[in-house]
Amino acid sequence: MLKDITFALEAGGFLSIVGPSGSGKTTLLGLLAGLDQPTRGRVLLDGIDLGTLDEDQRAVLRRGRVGFVFQSFQLVPTLTARENVQVPLELAGADGAAATADDLLERVGLGARGHHYPSQLSGGEQQRVAVARAFSTRPAILFADEPTGNLDGANGATVIDTMIALNAEYGTTLVLVTHDLELAARARRTIRLADGAVVADTAR
Amino acid sequence: MTSAGFVTRLAWREMRASWRRLVLLTGAVLAGVAALVAINSFTDNLRTSVAAQAQALLGADLSLRSRAPLDTSTVAIALVDSLTRIGGDEVAVANSVSFAGMVYLPSSNTARLVQVRSVDPGWPWYGEVRTAPAGIWERLQGGAIIVDPSLLTALGAEVGDTLVLGDASYPIAGSVVNVPGEAGLQSAFGARVFVAHRSIAATNLLGFGARVDHTTFLRLPTTLDAQAIAEANRDRLDAARVRIRTVADDRDNLTDAFTRLGNYLGLVALIALLLGGLGTASAVHVLIRQRMDSIAMLRCLGATSGQVIVAHLLQALAMGLLGSVLGAGAGLVLQQFLPVVLADFLPVDVEVALSPRAIAIGVALGLWTAGVFAVLPLLAIRAISPLATLRRNTDPPRARWEWRRLLAVAALAASVVGLAAVQVGSLVEGAWFAASGGVALVVLWLASLGLIRVARRYAPRRAPYLVRQGLANLHRPGNQTVTVVLALGFGAFLLTTLFTAQANLLRDLRVEAAVDRANLVMFDIQTDQRAVVERVLRAEGATVQPFTPIVPMRIAEVNGEDVGVIFGRGGPARADSAEGDDDGGSLWAYRREYRSTYRGDIGPAERVVEGEWFGSAPSGSGRSADDPVAISVERDVGTELQLQLGDRMVWNVQGARIHAVVTSFREVDWARFEPNFFVIFAPGALERAPQSFVTLARVDDPLARGRVQRALAERAANVATVDLGEVQRALESVIGKVVAAIRFMAIFSLATGAVVLMGAIATSRWQRIREGTLLRTLGATRGQVIRILAVEYAALGTAAALVATTLAATAGWALSRWVFEASFSLPLLPMLALSLALAALTTAVGLWSSLDVLKRPPLEVLRAE
Repeated sequence: MLKDITFALEAGGFLSIVGPSGSGKTTLLGLLAGLDQPTRGRVLLDGIDLGTLDEDQRAVLRRGRVGFVFQSFQLVPTLTARENVQVPLELAGADGAAATADDLLERVGLGARGHHYPSQLSGGEQQRVAVARAFSTRPAILFADEPTGNLDGANGATVIDTMIALNAEYGTTLVLVTHDLELAARARRTIRLADGAVVADTAR
Repeated sequence: MTSAGFVTRLAWREMRASWRRLVLLTGAVLAGVAALVAINSFTDNLRTSVAAQAQALLGADLSLRSRAPLDTSTVAIALVDSLTRIGGDEVAVANSVSFAGMVYLPSSNTARLVQVRSVDPGWPWYGEVRTAPAGIWERLQGGAIIVDPSLLTALGAEVGDTLVLGDASYPIAGSVVNVPGEAGLQSAFGARVFVAHRSIAATNLLGFGARVDHTTFLRLPTTLDAQAIAEANRDRLDAARVRIRTVADDRDNLTDAFTRLGNYLGLVALIALLLGGLGTASAVHVLIRQRMDSIAMLRCLGATSGQVIVAHLLQALAMGLLGSVLGAGAGLVLQQFLPVVLADFLPVDVEVALSPRAIAIGVALGLWTAGVFAVLPLLAIRAISPLATLRRNTDPPRARWEWRRLLAVAALAASVVGLAAVQVGSLVEGAWFAASGGVALVVLWLASLGLIRVARRYAPRRAPYLVRQGLANLHRPGNQTVTVVLALGFGAFLLTTLFTAQANLLRDLRVEAAVDRANLVMFDIQTDQRAVVERVLRAEGATVQPFTPIVPMRIAEVNGEDVGVIFGRGGPARADSAEGDDDGGSLWAYRREYRSTYRGDIGPAERVVEGEWFGSAPSGSGRSADDPVAISVERDVGTELQLQLGDRMVWNVQGARIHAVVTSFREVDWARFEPNFFVIFAPGALERAPQSFVTLARVDDPLARGRVQRALAERAANVATVDLGEVQRALESVIGKVVAAIRFMAIFSLATGAVVLMGAIATSRWQRIREGTLLRTLGATRGQVIRILAVEYAALGTAAALVATTLAATAGWALSRWVFEASFSLPLLPMLALSLALAALTTAVGLWSSLDVLKRPPLEVLRAE
């Protein structure tokens, strides 16, 4: 349950959302990404009011402008790494999906492993595939939900570094939800939630 | 806390909490039990009804039947006389004849071949012939005729019209509704007409060459034991070619026949039940996967794997019991419809009643199936380690091939054989059934593995993403490809096999379509009537085929031994082949009347398999043992008579003794409508014997065929004309009804297949929901998700259909080749239609049960973290 939350995020920025369990982080993320609808209030994404779109229109919007990285990777187990990266492009019917995928896999250091299935990859590798997938459509905004939660320190750092590098290169807005204060500190702005309300909003 | 108490309480608590997941276990056995209870209960009712109506089956206590008038048989006369003496006034005798003849309706100028029956007053003494209008049966004796309703329609006749039969004519009093002891199907092969026995001579139709059955019915006082009389006289009467029947004979024959029918229909029901077992196994398998965490936790807290297994087995049994009870209820409702489906086969009115035996068997088999199929997947519980509570492992536990598992597999196989053996009443047939079912399942299983492999290896890499994802789902971890292909494929296999067998049986009989085949047969033509028949046929522009002579005869001696001696011994003397022939089979071949022919040419539907064809030159006169005539014997009859090349026979041809020597054996394709014969004589011996003729013609126009029948009824009344088109239609309707009955039962297999399909889909639902929501989070529209699912189910359905039709084609071919001994061709278009229907059904059911994948908000993908 969230109440009275108002903030704006500039394009190309890097925001982290922190707070204890049950503080409303996931709900907020869902609203921002258009996965859920607010009972009151508005969410504008890239200038578009999400409240005016129906479910499928929001899906099409996500497909083009939103990327996701999840705690538990969420790769499609029956597709290879390359095919997983291609999914958003293919859903959109874009050309050159394979080339884009190969390029991105190269960037996350998995150029040689594109034909492997998720079950043949380590956790860190799977999450790097997920990062490649998130950037495949060059989204305007990328939501990462505890992206390092299931990874050890070294792998987690690699994943975050990759995300930040791509964020800088593509000009993608980055929204990071995490428990990890050290990680949150790398963002330019941090919003702290508690009991569904913003208790702090600090820029660095 | 005792172990048993703990286990039951555990079972109960888990069941209470998750009964929705267990519903599948109930549904899996439901249809199979319903089918079993329906068919078994129906058979029980039938048996009771046959017993209750047994006397009406014969309408008398005793009957004597013969090809010759009974008053020519001294044995029969002596028996009737002695019974009348002992029983006095209480013994009643009624004579009857039946034969095929043409009736002619002058008012509409139409003619039809019918089965004529003459009856004496009094018959039936037991049971009642129901007529429309009611109560007119007695008017037969006043000179009226009562006919099958189908004849009225065929001739366009009405009650009160006059029917001409030979040289006599009768007013139509009405139609028969039901004759005790006769199934409605009997009228398919020629409408029955009933007339008074004393008026039958006036028709002048009982002359030479007519195939007439003479029957004498006897009513006996209760002091006389009909069965004992029959047993005491049967041998002597047999030797005199008189068949004696009692109420008990009829009842036993019918009960046997219907028990067999019930047993085989029950097998089809059993298949539905076993498919349900497959569904049970797959549902339990998934249940274990879903409960892995809680099972690991229970093990952590100290429960033994045995306790957990028993607790789950109890749940499977409880749900199986529920399904069996519900199925029994459904079966009892269904059995009301079985008499309708089978009505035309039943010579008795079936009283539908509860059969506790059928219910008990059905519920017991349902429960047993639920249990024995659940054990195998339950053994996987042993592989779940308590450590799984700490280290979550999403891989399903893999059961090892240890002795417990082997034992469970053996119990399962033994159960299938046992169930089938109980259902058919024979261990050997039960084992055969289980083996052939097993082969079909193994082929389907291999095919599904092949499908998974093909989907993984050769899925088109360049295909659109939606197609690729749909095909990839076939080999996803925890896919249900095997279960679905097995369950659906088996049901489809059964239905398609029935279909191919039926199509092939009927195709052989299709005379209308084959332009070169005759469609009109005229028999009982007397020597001086040949010219008339030829003129009538030529008038309609038909090509007249040669007249084939027919000489009725009986066997008098075989290799110098009188046929009476062979009877007395109960079979031929050859010791080398004296194994287990009961009297019904081989002796009948000695007793029967043979209608043989003589010719020098071999016919188109026959070929010599042993010896040499005698050709056209006269071989011998047959007048003495020194001058025997050569004969060619049909192979199967030759086997029955245990004849060999060179064997000598003496034939009784209307009193004259004709000596013959066997010079060849022939194989005959009886399915072709040609005049074919068990025994063919070389020319030179029978030319002057009393004979009648048969001829064939092809007349394309049905109206012209009617004119031929009419003209012959008028001008050569004793000539019977058969329109083969009508015979074919009659056969088609009979076969159609048999197939409808089997198909009715096979539907249950498909219903179970659908339940298993829904179960399989439900069990992989959590995976589907996760993937569906993930894809929608990544931007897939609902339409795209639906298309992915549609590809997956269409592929599953198509694969199942493909394997099923291939299997069915093979089975159909084997049936045609070895059982029906007919040629085989593939009914391609109908099979294609069936396959498409199956694929469509699978896709529809699949999509319908996956709808809630679309209902979940994509947010859940985050919540599931």
